[in-house]
Amino acid sequence: MTMRVEYHPVLGNLENQRRITIYFDDQAYQAYEGDTIASAMMAEGVKTLRYHEVSGKGRGVYCNIGHCFECRVRVNEENIVRACLTPVSEGMRIHSLS
Amino acid sequence: MSDLLIIGAGPAGLSAAIAAAEKGLSVTVIDEFPKAGGRLLGQLHQEPNGEWWNGIQKGEQLSQRARQLGVTIQCEVSVYDISQSKNGWDVYTTKGEYKAEKLLLATGATESPIPVKGWTLPGVMTIGAAQIMGNVHRVKPGNSCIIIGANVLSMAIANELKLCGVNVKEIIIPKADITSNEAGNPEQVLSSLMRLTHLAPTPILRQLGKIGKLVHPKIAIKLFPRKGIRMFDIPLRLKNAALEIVGDRFATGVRTANIKANGEIDHTSEKVVDADFVCIAGGLTPLSELASIIGCSFKYIPELGGHVPVHNEQMQTNIPGLYVAGNITGIESAKVAMAQGRVAGLAIAADIMNDWEQMETSINKAIENVNITRDKALIQFHPGISDARKKFYQKSEVDLTQISKIKKREA
Repeated sequence: MTMRVEYHPVLGNLENQRRITIYFDDQAYQAYEGDTIASAMMAEGVKTLRYHEVSGKGRGVYCNIGHCFECRVRVNEENIVRACLTPVSEGMRIHSLS
Repeated sequence: MSDLLIIGAGPAGLSAAIAAAEKGLSVTVIDEFPKAGGRLLGQLHQEPNGEWWNGIQKGEQLSQRARQLGVTIQCEVSVYDISQSKNGWDVYTTKGEYKAEKLLLATGATESPIPVKGWTLPGVMTIGAAQIMGNVHRVKPGNSCIIIGANVLSMAIANELKLCGVNVKEIIIPKADITSNEAGNPEQVLSSLMRLTHLAPTPILRQLGKIGKLVHPKIAIKLFPRKGIRMFDIPLRLKNAALEIVGDRFATGVRTANIKANGEIDHTSEKVVDADFVCIAGGLTPLSELASIIGCSFKYIPELGGHVPVHNEQMQTNIPGLYVAGNITGIESAKVAMAQGRVAGLAIAADIMNDWEQMETSINKAIENVNITRDKALIQFHPGISDARKKFYQKSEVDLTQISKIKKREA
């Protein structure tokens, strides 16, 4: 199920988007070039990006512009980044934190 | 080393960059978002003349113009510290150190949270988050949503979400408590909506503005229908409060109840309204962390959205060489931010060339343009902005001549 806004009465339609593959917790997902990790996962209906360190409860995108740090994820086994500010790239491996 | 480093590639930062570059300054703009444009990016509303204000286009035009003038714009750069050096500023970022003689903070605003019970569930986000997701990334956070918080921003974005194909089921208010303050009081919410100008971005706000001149909010809220009034076919329900966002692994809806005009809850009326996602609209407040780590003085001005760095009409702060423009100086529309950016860009050029006299006319003209833009602004976040600004600038501790004196003394 994709949540893409392909058609828009004022902004026009999405055309010729280049598709790439990313991996979230080792599962493959389709993303569009230009997506952030946050938008790519939301387009695929994945709302939970990490689990709270103490309570274990899910967390997802909250502010979407880098202020709240709620959407942090690990990319390529090294860096912890904010999903909402990080563009996707082909083959990117993203991991939820817990 | 640039003459000017601007933090924030939004309407204020880009306009300042253009104005300064036109005067021959070397300018670098950095921003942590992957695209330049700042808060312009999500904006999409109809002007009273029927034309659409397309923020994405506007942002592209500004960054294109800036680049034509030789401005360097670098995205995905986050600032984590700033220190003053002998020659200006050292700015420490995730992409290394930047040096500049003058520094402009155009960091914009951040959304105030309303911590409704259940707000940490995935699928709960700020109204601005949903706006960026829909208009910029072209992704719907879900097919249906409920908006908690009735203000000018949430009402404008509700329609934008609808244009993205989201079923916005209703706009309700948070229940009255210590965190929601006035946002949880139906009479005060209606009163602030009614004070909005006739130029407001939605027909219903214009209507409320007209009624506001004739009817006292105390009476108006009594007459306000419990099922709400419809705006772009979206029910605006000021007599319904969100008690809790419900859901096990992610948000699935909101438990709501009828409330009286003073916010008192009728618990017998509680029910759960289903939605794929929930937006919290707590309003905007200036994003001023960087001014604070530099040691800038602050003043609390409720009409401007909270604590703002002390500055004068030329956009100088009380720290020589440090300027501010846009929503960091108070919450207003993007057009005001653009006009302020121009003032800052010109003032910085005058500062660098050490020639205030020659630039005086153009700076004053730019300041006048800020005032005109403010008076005509479509979205007035607070009815008292203009007066609060005037008072603030009259009393401003930042006096241009004083700064020049300091400079002379240092030299």
